[in-house]
Amino acid sequence: MSLSLSVGTVPGPRKDPSVAAALGRRRKRADLVVRTLCIAATLVGLAFLASILVTLTYRGFEAMSLRVFTHVTAAPGSDGGLLNAIVGSLIQALMGTAIGTPIGMLVGTYLAEYARGSRLGNAVRFVSDILLSAPSILVGLFVYTIIVLPMGNFSGWAGVAALSIIVIPVVVRTTEDMLQLIPNTLREAVMALGAPKWRMIVFVCWKSARAGIVTGVLLAVARVAGETAPLLFTSLGNNTWSTDLGRPMASLPVTIYSFAASPFEDWIALAWAGALLITLGVLGLNILARSLLRSRK
Amino acid sequence: MSASTASHPVPAARARRGGGNLGDTIFEWACRGAGLFVLALLGAIIVELFIAGLPAFQAFGVGFLTSTEWDPVQEVFGAGVSVYGTVVTAVLAIVLAVPLAFGSAFYLTELAPVWLRRPVGTAIELLAAVPSIIYGMWGFFVIVPFFATNIQPVLIDTLGELPLIGALFQGPPFGTGIFMAAFILAIMILPFIAATMRDVFEQVPPVYKESAYGLGATTWEVMKGVVIPYTRVSVVGGIMLGLGRALGETMAVTFVIGNANRISTSLFGPGNTIASLIALEFGESETGSLKLASLLALGFILFFLSFVVLALSRYLLRSRLKA
Repeated sequence: MSLSLSVGTVPGPRKDPSVAAALGRRRKRADLVVRTLCIAATLVGLAFLASILVTLTYRGFEAMSLRVFTHVTAAPGSDGGLLNAIVGSLIQALMGTAIGTPIGMLVGTYLAEYARGSRLGNAVRFVSDILLSAPSILVGLFVYTIIVLPMGNFSGWAGVAALSIIVIPVVVRTTEDMLQLIPNTLREAVMALGAPKWRMIVFVCWKSARAGIVTGVLLAVARVAGETAPLLFTSLGNNTWSTDLGRPMASLPVTIYSFAASPFEDWIALAWAGALLITLGVLGLNILARSLLRSRK
Repeated sequence: MSASTASHPVPAARARRGGGNLGDTIFEWACRGAGLFVLALLGAIIVELFIAGLPAFQAFGVGFLTSTEWDPVQEVFGAGVSVYGTVVTAVLAIVLAVPLAFGSAFYLTELAPVWLRRPVGTAIELLAAVPSIIYGMWGFFVIVPFFATNIQPVLIDTLGELPLIGALFQGPPFGTGIFMAAFILAIMILPFIAATMRDVFEQVPPVYKESAYGLGATTWEVMKGVVIPYTRVSVVGGIMLGLGRALGETMAVTFVIGNANRISTSLFGPGNTIASLIALEFGESETGSLKLASLLALGFILFFLSFVVLALSRYLLRSRLKA
């Protein structure tokens, strides 16, 4: 009885209930299959991350010792460390960030506060986005042609310049995003008090967006700390102790690259130790940046 | 701020406003100058690479693009093999990465319990933070040996025996090669594509999805019938972003592609990409040599390729950028 009722009240052509049930089962099955595949895809992604971290931890800790931090790189078999590479990386990453950050902040401020919707603003935003994803090796080649060739030698300064070019678009992106989150009423309130626009930006907008801008800077440090390709043609690498930016300078990624590709067991072990250090640093900075942003939201 | 303004008498405030105008002019021009600097920077990169590569373009003409020669002894250079390797690895990486990215984005927006979304999403995004060189080492020391002993022989015996496509899966199981490079690239670009997809999936108005659920649709049908059609353009934009990233990856590819200047029929054969060729050969090129000019010309070609792909990606993603 209920069957005839449902057939009679549903508009459209008559349906065979067994066909409808089969269709329902098929739809449910398709849904289940897709759900399972999606979970599998996520697990595969997580498995890669886990595999990388486990490998690094295992091989890195095996090779880790105090010597890594106290000795400079040395010939295979002679108990070298990574001190010069670590210091070189710190110098270049921090100086690159120190130079790139103010430029990036000014550009981000220009985009958010002065150029909303203007043609020049859109062009700058477009170019900055392209630079954000452009191959970093090309930045290295560019700096090679404009700094290394005229100066006649590879130098730490060239490495710093290459890294600062990579820092700029990262900082631009976060600065602009964060400034756009600030409600206009706040700007209007400041202007209404008679403050000039630059004071409004520096003392109110930048201050309110501080957590976000710091996040951007941390992400930029993390990004350039692991960059290898742009340094191959700029600071080149150096197997002795040197903090002179006018000379070739060692860096952790380039040292890892040359050691990992070598046939010597102890160099490969050192490369793993360096890889662990750099990954811990980079992932640590990323997690710190994220938690900083979250706590302020 | 308000206290200091209020405590000053009116004339002082006027005087300060005059100074503020000057400050405003300086600050605005500093900001605009920095913006112009970024514009000039991109222009300078393009022009510099082109000028530096000009000797190669002059020596080999348009044939430079297609020539497969790379002979440092005879001083004959061509971009054919590396352009082929760059495009094939990047496209293959997209083919491998898109299903994974889609699956995890779908899982993170529709299926996962809310408490799990943030940690899992963060973990996937951290894949993007791992430096390229680490992928190279991990790929070379972990994935390559595993693939060469456990997976590649099986693929060669099964897929390699098939007619037509069999040739793609033949050859000795070294592990390294075009396919391995594409595989590592796929993992590296996965987080970029997944993050974009997740962002745009979340922008679908809930009322659309609720309507479909209300009609009795399953989760997959809502995805297929509502979410994907609504976000299609941005999803393609996200895939283009991944492609742009894959084209220029250097260190990871250099470790696992096998570095040989030839075009193999088999995906398991060795090859090179523009970026890996530059990274490897640069150290052996003398200043002012034709080889160095050829490498810089390759850099210009790579820049052109990634610029087109990234610009297209940005155009497709413009609706998301405005939102």
